[in-house]
Amino acid sequence: MITIDNIHKSFDDHHVLKGISFEFETGKTNLIIGQSGSGKTVLLKSIVGLHTIDKGDILYDNRSWQEMTQDQRIELRTEMGMVFQGSALFDNMTVEENIGFPMLMYSKESTKAKQKRVAECIDRVNLTGSEDLYPSEISGGMQKRVAIARAIVMKPEYLFCDEPNSGLDPKTAIVIDKLIHEITKEYNITTIINTHDMNSVLQIGENILYLDKGEVGWKGDKSHIFNSENESLNEFVFASDLYQKLKEIKED
Amino acid sequence: MKFLEEIGEYFYFMLKVFSKPQKHSVFFKQWALELYKVGVDSIGIVVIISFFMGAVLALQAAYNMTNPLMPTYLIGYGTRESMLLEFSSTIVSLILAGKVGSSIASEIGTMRSTEQIDALDVMGINSANYLALPKIMASLTINPILYILSVFVGITGGLLSSVTIGVSSLQDFIYGIRMDFKPYFIVYSEIKMVVFAFIITSLASYYGYTVRGGSLEVGRASTKAVVNSSILILISNLVLTQILL
Repeated sequence: MITIDNIHKSFDDHHVLKGISFEFETGKTNLIIGQSGSGKTVLLKSIVGLHTIDKGDILYDNRSWQEMTQDQRIELRTEMGMVFQGSALFDNMTVEENIGFPMLMYSKESTKAKQKRVAECIDRVNLTGSEDLYPSEISGGMQKRVAIARAIVMKPEYLFCDEPNSGLDPKTAIVIDKLIHEITKEYNITTIINTHDMNSVLQIGENILYLDKGEVGWKGDKSHIFNSENESLNEFVFASDLYQKLKEIKED
Repeated sequence: MKFLEEIGEYFYFMLKVFSKPQKHSVFFKQWALELYKVGVDSIGIVVIISFFMGAVLALQAAYNMTNPLMPTYLIGYGTRESMLLEFSSTIVSLILAGKVGSSIASEIGTMRSTEQIDALDVMGINSANYLALPKIMASLTINPILYILSVFVGITGGLLSSVTIGVSSLQDFIYGIRMDFKPYFIVYSEIKMVVFAFIITSLASYYGYTVRGGSLEVGRASTKAVVNSSILILISNLVLTQILL
Protein backbone atom coordinates (compact mmCIF):
# COMPACT_ATOMS: atom_id res chain seq x y z
CA MET A 1 0.00 0.00 0.00
CA ILE A 2 1.17 3.51 -0.76
CA THR A 3 -0.13 6.33 1.40
CA ILE A 4 0.36 9.94 0.41
CA ASP A 5 -0.08 12.42 3.19
CA ASN A 6 -0.71 16.13 2.61
CA ILE A 7 1.56 16.46 -0.44
CA HIS A 8 2.42 19.95 -1.65
CA LYS A 9 4.46 20.75 -4.72
CA SER A 10 5.18 24.09 -6.38
CA PHE A 11 7.20 25.14 -9.41
CA ASP A 12 8.36 28.71 -8.75
CA ASP A 13 5.10 30.56 -7.96
CA HIS A 14 2.86 27.90 -9.44
CA HIS A 15 1.32 25.77 -6.67
CA VAL A 16 0.57 22.49 -8.49
CA LEU A 17 -0.29 20.05 -5.71
CA LYS A 18 -2.23 21.49 -2.79
CA GLY A 19 -2.23 19.10 0.14
CA ILE A 20 -3.19 15.77 -1.40
CA SER A 21 -3.80 12.75 0.82
CA PHE A 22 -4.86 9.33 -0.43
CA GLU A 23 -4.34 5.60 0.06
CA PHE A 24 -3.41 3.47 -2.94
CA GLU A 25 -4.38 -0.10 -2.11
CA THR A 26 -2.42 -3.29 -2.71
CA GLY A 27 -3.81 -5.75 -5.25
CA LYS A 28 -5.95 -3.07 -6.87
CA THR A 29 -5.57 -0.88 -9.92
CA ASN A 30 -5.53 2.61 -8.40
CA LEU A 31 -6.29 5.38 -10.86
CA ILE A 32 -5.36 9.04 -10.75
CA ILE A 33 -7.69 10.86 -13.10
CA GLY A 34 -8.27 14.50 -13.95
CA GLN A 35 -8.18 17.02 -16.74
CA SER A 36 -4.95 18.07 -18.41
CA GLY A 37 -3.05 20.40 -16.09
CA SER A 38 -4.75 19.08 -12.94
CA GLY A 39 -1.43 17.81 -11.58
CA LYS A 40 -1.72 14.07 -12.33
CA THR A 41 1.75 13.64 -13.79
CA VAL A 42 3.35 15.84 -11.14
CA LEU A 43 1.67 13.73 -8.45
CA LEU A 44 2.81 10.45 -10.02
CA LYS A 45 6.36 11.72 -10.51
CA SER A 46 6.37 12.97 -6.92
CA ILE A 47 5.28 9.54 -5.68
CA VAL A 48 8.12 7.81 -7.55
CA GLY A 49 10.59 10.43 -6.36
CA LEU A 50 11.31 12.11 -9.70
CA HIS A 51 10.05 15.37 -8.16
CA THR A 52 11.01 16.44 -4.66
CA ILE A 53 7.89 17.36 -2.70
CA ASP A 54 7.77 20.61 -0.73
CA LYS A 55 5.66 19.29 2.13
CA GLY A 56 3.99 16.06 3.25
CA ASP A 57 5.12 12.46 3.08
CA ILE A 58 4.83 9.30 0.99
CA LEU A 59 4.64 5.99 2.80
CA TYR A 60 5.52 2.78 1.00
CA ASP A 61 3.98 0.11 3.23
CA ASN A 62 4.60 2.43 6.18
CA ARG A 63 8.19 3.24 5.08
CA SER A 64 8.53 7.01 4.89
CA TRP A 65 10.22 8.26 1.71
CA GLN A 66 11.16 11.50 3.43
CA GLU A 67 13.00 9.72 6.23
CA MET A 68 14.92 7.33 4.00
CA THR A 69 18.65 7.63 3.31
CA GLN A 70 19.85 7.75 -0.30
CA ASP A 71 20.84 4.06 -0.17
CA GLN A 72 17.45 3.06 1.23
CA ARG A 73 15.76 5.00 -1.58
CA ILE A 74 17.87 3.20 -4.19
CA GLU A 75 16.94 -0.12 -2.60
CA LEU A 76 13.26 0.84 -2.60
CA ARG A 77 13.51 1.71 -6.28
CA THR A 78 14.34 -1.91 -7.07
CA GLU A 79 10.82 -2.66 -5.79
CA MET A 80 9.31 -0.21 -8.30
CA GLY A 81 8.46 -0.57 -11.94
CA MET A 82 7.24 2.22 -14.15
CA VAL A 83 5.61 2.45 -17.55
CA PHE A 84 6.08 5.89 -19.07
CA GLN A 85 3.71 7.76 -21.37
CA GLY A 86 6.01 7.40 -24.37
CA SER A 87 7.25 3.96 -23.21
CA ALA A 88 10.79 5.38 -22.63
CA LEU A 89 12.47 2.32 -24.10
CA PHE A 90 16.20 2.55 -24.68
CA ASP A 91 16.66 3.11 -28.42
CA ASN A 92 20.02 1.36 -28.61
CA MET A 93 18.77 -1.86 -27.02
CA THR A 94 16.66 -4.69 -28.43
CA VAL A 95 13.35 -5.72 -26.86
CA GLU A 96 15.15 -8.45 -24.90
CA GLU A 97 17.93 -6.12 -23.72
CA ASN A 98 15.40 -3.47 -22.67
CA ILE A 99 13.46 -5.97 -20.59
CA GLY A 100 16.60 -7.48 -19.10
CA PHE A 101 18.24 -4.14 -18.27
CA PRO A 102 17.03 -3.81 -14.64
CA MET A 103 18.22 -7.39 -14.00
CA LEU A 104 21.58 -6.61 -15.59
CA MET A 105 22.03 -3.73 -13.16
CA TYR A 106 20.70 -5.30 -9.97
CA SER A 107 20.10 -9.03 -10.11
CA LYS A 108 22.71 -11.32 -8.58
CA GLU A 109 21.17 -14.37 -10.22
CA SER A 110 23.02 -16.44 -12.82
CA THR A 111 22.90 -15.43 -16.49
CA LYS A 112 20.72 -18.46 -17.21
CA ALA A 113 18.23 -17.50 -14.49
CA LYS A 114 18.12 -13.92 -15.77
CA GLN A 115 17.49 -15.11 -19.32
CA LYS A 116 14.73 -17.38 -18.06
CA ARG A 117 13.04 -14.52 -16.21
CA VAL A 118 13.28 -12.23 -19.26
CA ALA A 119 11.78 -14.96 -21.44
CA GLU A 120 8.94 -15.38 -18.92
CA CYS A 121 8.17 -11.66 -19.07
CA ILE A 122 8.34 -11.60 -22.87
CA ASP A 123 5.91 -14.49 -22.94
CA ARG A 124 3.66 -12.84 -20.33
CA VAL A 125 3.15 -9.77 -22.52
CA ASN A 126 2.80 -11.87 -25.70
CA LEU A 127 5.95 -10.64 -27.40
CA THR A 128 7.58 -13.97 -28.16
CA GLY A 129 9.40 -13.70 -31.47
CA SER A 130 10.15 -9.97 -31.09
CA GLU A 131 13.17 -10.38 -28.81
CA ASP A 132 15.74 -9.13 -31.30
CA LEU A 133 13.78 -6.15 -32.62
CA TYR A 134 14.64 -2.55 -31.70
CA PRO A 135 12.00 -0.13 -30.32
CA SER A 136 11.90 1.73 -33.64
CA GLU A 137 10.93 -1.52 -35.39
CA ILE A 138 7.81 -2.27 -33.32
CA SER A 139 4.36 -0.66 -33.01
CA GLY A 140 3.25 1.67 -30.22
CA GLY A 141 1.19 -1.06 -28.59
CA MET A 142 4.14 -3.45 -28.64
CA GLN A 143 6.37 -0.74 -27.16
CA LYS A 144 3.92 -0.37 -24.28
CA ARG A 145 4.01 -4.12 -23.72
CA VAL A 146 7.82 -4.08 -23.69
CA ALA A 147 7.66 -1.24 -21.14
CA ILE A 148 5.28 -3.30 -18.98
CA ALA A 149 7.55 -6.35 -19.23
CA ARG A 150 10.56 -4.20 -18.24
CA ALA A 151 8.59 -2.82 -15.31
CA ILE A 152 7.70 -6.27 -13.93
CA VAL A 153 10.94 -8.12 -14.66
CA MET A 154 12.26 -7.50 -11.12
CA LYS A 155 8.94 -8.66 -9.61
CA PRO A 156 8.15 -5.23 -8.18
CA GLU A 157 5.92 -4.40 -5.24
CA TYR A 158 4.77 -1.16 -6.84
CA LEU A 159 3.84 -0.52 -10.47
CA PHE A 160 3.36 2.98 -11.85
CA CYS A 161 1.87 3.73 -15.25
CA ASP A 162 1.78 7.24 -16.69
CA GLU A 163 -0.99 7.38 -19.29
CA PRO A 164 -0.31 3.85 -20.58
CA ASN A 165 -2.97 4.21 -23.31
CA SER A 166 -1.85 7.47 -24.79
CA GLY A 167 -1.40 7.25 -28.54
CA LEU A 168 -3.03 3.82 -28.82
CA ASP A 169 -6.16 2.82 -30.70
CA PRO A 170 -9.16 1.87 -28.48
CA LYS A 171 -8.76 -1.87 -29.07
CA THR A 172 -5.05 -1.90 -28.17
CA ALA A 173 -5.78 0.40 -25.22
CA ILE A 174 -8.17 -2.21 -23.81
CA VAL A 175 -5.51 -4.92 -24.24
CA ILE A 176 -3.00 -2.80 -22.30
CA ASP A 177 -5.54 -2.00 -19.56
CA LYS A 178 -6.42 -5.67 -19.15
CA LEU A 179 -2.75 -6.65 -19.08
CA ILE A 180 -1.97 -4.16 -16.31
CA HIS A 181 -5.04 -5.28 -14.36
CA GLU A 182 -4.13 -8.97 -14.69
CA ILE A 183 -0.53 -8.33 -13.66
CA THR A 184 -1.72 -6.39 -10.60
CA LYS A 185 -3.80 -9.37 -9.46
CA GLU A 186 -1.18 -11.95 -10.42
CA TYR A 187 1.66 -10.31 -8.47
CA ASN A 188 -0.61 -8.75 -5.82
CA ILE A 189 1.12 -5.39 -6.24
CA THR A 190 0.12 -1.78 -5.70
CA THR A 191 -0.53 -0.32 -9.13
CA ILE A 192 -1.06 3.38 -9.74
CA ILE A 193 -2.22 4.46 -13.18
CA ASN A 194 -2.37 7.99 -14.37
CA THR A 195 -5.06 8.42 -17.03
CA HIS A 196 -7.70 10.67 -18.51
CA ASP A 197 -9.21 7.88 -20.56
CA MET A 198 -12.77 7.18 -19.36
CA ASN A 199 -12.71 3.73 -20.98
CA SER A 200 -9.81 2.82 -18.67
CA VAL A 201 -11.69 4.23 -15.70
CA LEU A 202 -14.69 2.01 -16.41
CA GLN A 203 -12.56 -0.99 -17.29
CA ILE A 204 -10.11 -1.13 -14.38
CA GLY A 205 -10.91 1.74 -11.96
CA GLU A 206 -10.98 -0.08 -8.62
CA ASN A 207 -9.80 2.82 -6.50
CA ILE A 208 -9.97 6.27 -8.07
CA LEU A 209 -8.52 9.63 -7.09
CA TYR A 210 -9.93 12.53 -9.10
CA LEU A 211 -7.66 15.56 -9.10
CA ASP A 212 -9.18 18.98 -9.60
CA LYS A 213 -6.74 21.89 -10.00
CA GLY A 214 -4.18 20.24 -7.74
CA GLU A 215 -6.64 19.24 -5.04
CA VAL A 216 -8.53 16.05 -4.25
CA GLY A 217 -11.80 16.50 -6.14
CA TRP A 218 -13.33 13.09 -5.54
CA LYS A 219 -12.45 9.58 -4.30
CA GLY A 220 -14.24 6.34 -5.09
CA ASP A 221 -14.45 3.48 -7.57
CA LYS A 222 -15.84 2.94 -11.07
CA SER A 223 -19.26 1.85 -9.82
CA HIS A 224 -19.89 5.20 -8.16
CA ILE A 225 -18.34 7.58 -10.66
CA PHE A 226 -21.54 8.08 -12.69
CA ASN A 227 -23.59 8.85 -9.57
CA SER A 228 -21.33 11.51 -8.15
CA GLU A 229 -22.76 14.96 -7.58
CA ASN A 230 -19.36 16.57 -7.88
CA GLU A 231 -19.82 19.15 -10.64
CA SER A 232 -16.19 19.19 -11.76
CA LEU A 233 -16.06 15.38 -11.91
CA ASN A 234 -19.28 15.27 -13.92
CA GLU A 235 -17.85 17.76 -16.40
CA PHE A 236 -14.83 15.49 -16.77
CA VAL A 237 -16.75 12.21 -16.97
CA PHE A 238 -19.45 13.42 -19.35
CA ALA A 239 -17.22 15.52 -21.55
CA SER A 240 -17.63 13.29 -24.61
CA ASP A 241 -20.87 12.99 -26.59
CA LEU A 242 -20.94 9.25 -25.99
CA TYR A 243 -20.97 9.55 -22.21
CA GLN A 244 -23.37 12.50 -22.41
CA LYS A 245 -25.80 10.31 -24.36
CA LEU A 246 -25.33 7.49 -21.85
CA LYS A 247 -26.21 9.91 -19.10
CA GLU A 248 -29.33 11.04 -20.92
CA ILE A 249 -30.42 7.43 -21.51
CA LYS A 250 -29.85 6.68 -17.84
CA GLU A 251 -31.85 9.74 -16.76
CA ASP A 252 -34.73 8.80 -19.09
CA MET B 1 23.02 35.31 -11.95
CA LYS B 2 21.78 32.65 -14.37
CA PHE B 3 25.37 32.10 -15.50
CA LEU B 4 26.44 31.40 -11.89
CA GLU B 5 23.47 29.07 -11.44
CA GLU B 6 24.52 27.19 -14.56
CA ILE B 7 28.09 26.82 -13.28
CA GLY B 8 26.77 25.48 -9.98
CA GLU B 9 24.48 23.08 -11.79
CA TYR B 10 27.40 21.92 -13.97
CA PHE B 11 29.57 21.13 -10.93
CA TYR B 12 26.67 19.33 -9.22
CA PHE B 13 26.23 17.30 -12.41
CA MET B 14 29.96 16.49 -12.43
CA LEU B 15 29.72 15.34 -8.81
CA LYS B 16 27.05 12.85 -9.85
CA VAL B 17 29.04 11.80 -12.92
CA PHE B 18 32.25 11.11 -11.00
CA SER B 19 30.78 8.74 -8.45
CA LYS B 20 31.46 5.01 -8.34
CA PRO B 21 29.74 3.15 -11.21
CA GLN B 22 26.93 0.93 -9.93
CA LYS B 23 28.17 -2.04 -11.91
CA HIS B 24 31.74 -2.09 -13.20
CA SER B 25 31.12 -4.69 -15.90
CA VAL B 26 28.37 -2.47 -17.38
CA PHE B 27 30.62 0.59 -17.15
CA PHE B 28 33.50 -1.12 -19.02
CA LYS B 29 31.11 -2.35 -21.70
CA GLN B 30 29.76 1.19 -22.15
CA TRP B 31 33.29 2.60 -22.15
CA ALA B 32 34.34 0.21 -24.93
CA LEU B 33 31.27 1.17 -26.97
CA GLU B 34 32.02 4.87 -26.49
CA LEU B 35 35.66 4.36 -27.47
CA TYR B 36 34.32 3.22 -30.80
CA LYS B 37 31.72 6.01 -31.13
CA VAL B 38 33.94 8.85 -29.90
CA GLY B 39 37.25 7.59 -31.26
CA VAL B 40 37.08 5.16 -34.14
CA ASP B 41 34.18 7.03 -35.74
CA SER B 42 36.25 10.23 -35.64
CA ILE B 43 39.34 8.79 -37.34
CA GLY B 44 38.05 9.62 -40.83
CA ILE B 45 37.46 13.30 -40.19
CA VAL B 46 40.71 13.68 -38.21
CA VAL B 47 42.70 12.10 -41.07
CA ILE B 48 41.08 14.25 -43.78
CA ILE B 49 41.43 17.51 -41.86
CA SER B 50 44.97 16.80 -40.69
CA PHE B 51 46.15 15.81 -44.15
CA PHE B 52 44.88 18.98 -45.79
CA MET B 53 46.01 21.19 -42.89
CA GLY B 54 49.52 19.77 -43.18
CA ALA B 55 49.52 20.14 -46.96
CA VAL B 56 48.36 23.77 -46.83
CA LEU B 57 50.75 24.65 -43.99
CA ALA B 58 53.71 23.39 -46.03
CA LEU B 59 52.65 25.35 -49.11
CA GLN B 60 52.04 28.53 -47.09
CA ALA B 61 55.49 28.18 -45.49
CA ALA B 62 57.03 27.82 -48.95
CA TYR B 63 55.06 30.81 -50.28
CA ASN B 64 56.32 33.02 -47.42
CA MET B 65 59.96 32.06 -47.92
CA THR B 66 60.79 34.82 -50.38
CA ASN B 67 64.46 34.98 -49.42
CA PRO B 68 66.43 32.46 -51.57
CA LEU B 69 69.00 32.17 -48.79
CA MET B 70 66.45 30.53 -46.50
CA PRO B 71 66.88 26.73 -46.59
CA THR B 72 63.89 24.74 -47.85
CA TYR B 73 64.14 22.28 -44.96
CA LEU B 74 62.43 25.03 -42.94
CA ILE B 75 59.20 24.05 -44.73
CA GLY B 76 59.32 20.63 -43.06
CA TYR B 77 60.38 22.18 -39.77
CA GLY B 78 57.56 24.75 -39.83
CA THR B 79 54.94 22.14 -40.75
CA ARG B 80 56.04 19.85 -37.92
CA GLU B 81 56.09 22.62 -35.32
CA SER B 82 52.66 23.94 -36.35
CA MET B 83 51.05 20.50 -36.35
CA LEU B 84 52.74 19.44 -33.13
CA LEU B 85 52.06 22.59 -31.14
CA GLU B 86 48.72 23.87 -32.31
CA PHE B 87 46.91 22.35 -35.24
CA SER B 88 46.75 18.70 -34.17
CA SER B 89 45.59 19.60 -30.69
CA THR B 90 43.53 22.79 -30.83
CA ILE B 91 42.10 22.68 -34.35
CA VAL B 92 41.36 18.96 -34.19
CA SER B 93 39.69 19.49 -30.79
CA LEU B 94 37.56 22.28 -32.24
CA ILE B 95 36.48 19.93 -35.02
CA LEU B 96 35.74 17.20 -32.47
CA ALA B 97 33.75 19.69 -30.40
CA GLY B 98 31.46 20.02 -33.43
CA LYS B 99 31.27 16.33 -34.27
CA VAL B 100 31.41 14.56 -30.90
CA GLY B 101 29.97 17.40 -28.78
CA SER B 102 26.81 17.84 -30.82
CA SER B 103 26.32 14.08 -31.06
CA ILE B 104 26.59 13.59 -27.27
CA ALA B 105 24.35 16.57 -26.45
CA SER B 106 21.64 15.46 -28.86
CA GLU B 107 21.85 11.80 -27.80
CA ILE B 108 21.49 12.57 -24.08
CA GLY B 109 19.04 15.41 -24.76
CA THR B 110 16.77 13.10 -26.73
CA MET B 111 16.95 10.56 -23.91
CA ARG B 112 15.85 13.31 -21.52
CA SER B 113 12.97 14.50 -23.68
CA THR B 114 11.72 10.94 -24.27
CA GLU B 115 11.85 10.17 -20.52
CA GLN B 116 14.57 7.52 -20.92
CA ILE B 117 16.61 9.32 -18.24
CA ASP B 118 13.57 9.34 -15.94
CA ALA B 119 13.26 5.59 -16.55
CA LEU B 120 16.88 5.13 -15.41
CA ASP B 121 16.25 7.29 -12.33
CA VAL B 122 13.13 5.34 -11.37
CA MET B 123 15.18 2.13 -11.58
CA GLY B 124 17.53 3.70 -9.03
CA ILE B 125 20.38 4.05 -11.51
CA ASN B 126 22.63 7.12 -11.28
CA SER B 127 21.74 8.30 -14.78
CA ALA B 128 24.40 11.03 -14.93
CA ASN B 129 27.10 8.52 -14.09
CA TYR B 130 25.70 5.79 -16.34
CA LEU B 131 25.39 8.06 -19.37
CA ALA B 132 28.22 10.59 -19.10
CA LEU B 133 31.13 8.84 -17.38
CA PRO B 134 31.81 6.26 -20.14
CA LYS B 135 31.73 9.06 -22.75
CA ILE B 136 34.11 11.29 -20.79
CA MET B 137 36.51 8.44 -20.00
CA ALA B 138 36.46 7.20 -23.59
CA SER B 139 37.24 10.67 -24.89
CA LEU B 140 40.08 11.12 -22.39
CA THR B 141 41.50 7.80 -23.57
CA ILE B 142 41.14 8.15 -27.31
CA ASN B 143 41.76 11.86 -27.99
CA PRO B 144 45.50 11.75 -27.15
CA ILE B 145 45.77 8.88 -29.65
CA LEU B 146 43.89 10.93 -32.25
CA TYR B 147 46.43 13.71 -31.65
CA ILE B 148 49.35 11.42 -32.53
CA LEU B 149 47.48 10.25 -35.63
CA SER B 150 46.78 13.84 -36.63
CA VAL B 151 50.44 14.87 -36.29
CA PHE B 152 51.56 11.92 -38.36
CA VAL B 153 48.97 12.46 -41.11
CA GLY B 154 49.49 16.25 -41.13
CA ILE B 155 53.23 15.97 -41.63
CA THR B 156 52.65 13.34 -44.32
CA GLY B 157 50.26 15.76 -46.05
CA GLY B 158 52.85 18.52 -45.89
CA LEU B 159 55.54 16.23 -47.24
CA LEU B 160 53.42 14.99 -50.14
CA SER B 161 52.22 18.47 -51.14
CA SER B 162 55.64 20.12 -50.99
CA VAL B 163 57.44 17.28 -52.78
CA THR B 164 54.70 16.88 -55.41
CA ILE B 165 54.53 20.60 -56.17
CA GLY B 166 58.31 20.87 -55.94
CA VAL B 167 58.78 23.51 -53.24
CA SER B 168 61.04 21.16 -51.26
CA SER B 169 62.94 17.94 -51.86
CA LEU B 170 62.09 14.79 -49.93
CA GLN B 171 65.49 14.84 -48.18
CA ASP B 172 65.16 18.51 -47.17
CA PHE B 173 61.63 18.01 -45.83
CA ILE B 174 62.65 14.94 -43.79
CA TYR B 175 65.71 16.82 -42.51
CA GLY B 176 63.38 19.69 -41.48
CA ILE B 177 60.95 17.50 -39.58
CA ARG B 178 63.83 15.88 -37.65
CA MET B 179 65.60 19.14 -36.87
CA ASP B 180 65.65 20.55 -33.31
CA PHE B 181 62.90 18.23 -32.08
CA LYS B 182 61.65 18.94 -28.54
CA PRO B 183 59.74 15.95 -27.07
CA TYR B 184 58.21 18.27 -24.45
CA PHE B 185 56.01 19.77 -27.18
CA ILE B 186 54.22 16.42 -27.40
CA VAL B 187 53.70 16.37 -23.63
CA TYR B 188 52.36 19.95 -23.78
CA SER B 189 49.94 19.12 -26.58
CA GLU B 190 48.82 15.85 -25.00
CA ILE B 191 47.96 17.73 -21.80
CA LYS B 192 45.95 20.19 -23.90
CA MET B 193 44.25 17.31 -25.70
CA VAL B 194 43.14 15.72 -22.42
CA VAL B 195 41.79 19.04 -21.08
CA PHE B 196 39.97 19.74 -24.35
CA ALA B 197 38.52 16.20 -24.39
CA PHE B 198 37.14 16.75 -20.91
CA ILE B 199 35.66 20.13 -21.89
CA ILE B 200 33.97 18.73 -25.01
CA THR B 201 32.39 15.63 -23.44
CA SER B 202 31.50 17.04 -20.03
CA LEU B 203 29.86 20.19 -21.42
CA ALA B 204 27.99 18.25 -24.10
CA SER B 205 26.78 15.71 -21.53
CA TYR B 206 25.71 18.51 -19.19
CA TYR B 207 23.75 20.41 -21.85
CA GLY B 208 22.10 17.20 -23.04
CA TYR B 209 21.25 16.08 -19.53
CA THR B 210 19.63 19.38 -18.57
CA VAL B 211 17.38 19.65 -21.63
CA ARG B 212 13.84 20.69 -20.72
CA GLY B 213 11.30 20.23 -23.49
CA GLY B 214 11.29 18.71 -26.94
CA SER B 215 13.24 18.63 -30.16
CA LEU B 216 13.76 22.41 -30.34
CA GLU B 217 15.45 22.39 -26.93
CA VAL B 218 17.56 19.39 -27.92
CA GLY B 219 18.76 21.36 -30.95
CA ARG B 220 19.50 24.38 -28.77
CA ALA B 221 21.41 22.23 -26.28
CA SER B 222 23.47 20.78 -29.09
CA THR B 223 24.35 24.25 -30.44
CA LYS B 224 25.17 25.52 -26.94
CA ALA B 225 27.42 22.53 -26.33
CA VAL B 226 29.42 23.19 -29.50
CA VAL B 227 29.66 26.98 -29.11
CA ASN B 228 30.52 26.98 -25.40
CA SER B 229 33.00 24.13 -25.59
CA SER B 230 34.74 25.85 -28.55
CA ILE B 231 35.04 29.08 -26.56
CA LEU B 232 36.31 27.21 -23.50
CA ILE B 233 38.83 25.32 -25.64
CA LEU B 234 40.23 28.60 -26.96
CA ILE B 235 40.42 30.18 -23.50
CA SER B 236 42.03 27.14 -21.90
CA ASN B 237 44.43 26.90 -24.84
CA LEU B 238 45.68 30.38 -23.98
CA VAL B 239 45.90 29.63 -20.26
CA LEU B 240 47.63 26.26 -20.73
CA THR B 241 50.11 27.69 -23.20
CA GLN B 242 51.04 30.43 -20.73
CA ILE B 243 51.43 27.87 -17.93
CA LEU B 244 53.14 25.04 -19.80
CA LEU B 245 55.43 26.77 -22.31
